[in-house]
Amino acid sequence: MSARSNFDRTLKEIQQDILRLGSLVEQAVYDSVQALVKLDVALAAQVIMGDEMIDELYMQIEEKCVRVIATQQPMARDLRVAVTGIKILLSLERMGDHCVDIARATMCLSGHPYTVKPVQYIPEMTNIVQQMVKDGLDAYVKRDVEKAAEMCAMDDEVDFIFNRIFRELIGCMKEDPTNVYQASYLLYVSRYIERIADHATNIGEAVIYLVTGERHELN
Amino acid sequence: MENKISVHNLNLFYKDFQALRNINLEVAGNLVTALIGPSGCGKSTFLRTLNRMNDLYDGVRVEGKVLLDGIDIYNDRCDVVTLRKRVGMVFQKPNPFPMSVYDNVAFGPRIHGIKNRRQLDEIVEMSLRASALWDEVSDRLRQPALGLSGGQQQRLCIARLLAVEPDVLLMDEPTSALDPISTLKVEELIQVLKQDYTIVIVTHNMQQAARVSDYTAFFLTGDLVEYGATGDIFTAPKDQRTEDYITGRFG
Repeated sequence: MSARSNFDRTLKEIQQDILRLGSLVEQAVYDSVQALVKLDVALAAQVIMGDEMIDELYMQIEEKCVRVIATQQPMARDLRVAVTGIKILLSLERMGDHCVDIARATMCLSGHPYTVKPVQYIPEMTNIVQQMVKDGLDAYVKRDVEKAAEMCAMDDEVDFIFNRIFRELIGCMKEDPTNVYQASYLLYVSRYIERIADHATNIGEAVIYLVTGERHELN
Repeated sequence: MENKISVHNLNLFYKDFQALRNINLEVAGNLVTALIGPSGCGKSTFLRTLNRMNDLYDGVRVEGKVLLDGIDIYNDRCDVVTLRKRVGMVFQKPNPFPMSVYDNVAFGPRIHGIKNRRQLDEIVEMSLRASALWDEVSDRLRQPALGLSGGQQQRLCIARLLAVEPDVLLMDEPTSALDPISTLKVEELIQVLKQDYTIVIVTHNMQQAARVSDYTAFFLTGDLVEYGATGDIFTAPKDQRTEDYITGRFG
């Protein structure tokens, strides 16, 4: 038995908890964009209510990390596990908040079918972002630096699509002022999705720090 | 930062047993260097090579060089008494002499020939102030030192060292016999003292090494495994053996 088996168990538990939080957030990303595309108010409301669970779990896990630091005084890799745990948690929690933002936008957009074309790019952008979140968590579990770096590189594609959406939405607004309301909300939404990708790259950076002890800015 | 002590290819044998293997290490001046490692790793032995305390043990043989301000202390012409005045030592258990607080601190200066009463008074007060003990003992300088608390006794031993104006302070687990509050007082004191002295400390308490030192050296079975900035050693050590030791997954 390792001299610190109890401690090791707690660190494992924290990792399991983070994955549980991660899967809730992945679902929220998917649902919030589904609700947006289909203008499904019920699903949007579900996302908003579900965020309470995300926040509660976030606080629970953060508390566990703080306790492990206070009581076990982790050093070296153990310290990095605890600290990156908190960083990853925070990134996931922020993603959850952006899902709520998207769901709120859906509420405001509901009742009127889309007239602006760029809405079609949003699912495409979301697919990449979802893959990033999934890969980020995967890289975390497997301590896979390469995967973390590859995931962070996907952020460029997201930025590229975001810029295209931005330009085209501005075009829609210029073309027909009745588009302004819808296009403005979609600008917000695409920005939220782009931010979720940024938080995913933060997870990637945290994984690289966890494994190597070195800091890299990847977005 | 200028190096106060340079150790080159240092080997130490207790008769046939080699306790230190080819140690190379530079100790920076006016900083705190912590030596960590499991029992028997050679860290205390190494500490004692820095003021030739190992000379006191039978059958000890030292090879290599230890330069203090560029001069080899193992040179035949090196005067060991002068060396130990310049490189003082604090031990695990406080060991005040069975005499008054004042006489403990004045002991060293008297041996080195200072007799003038006023001068001695000055040295005693300055040393006790520097070791953060003056406020607690100024009204009982004539009382026996053994009546002080353990933490006070340890700071008295530090004052006793400072009275002979050393350059380097060696501390061999200076707080292992102290309670947490006294420990923190000594640690605070170390932070103040490093402005004027170069400090090398052996500690079994990893958190203490992390708290007080600027550089940390990890020893294992006579080898210096890793030496680096304390912040790096305790967040991202380079050697797996260091990692295993400081995370408590050793052996």
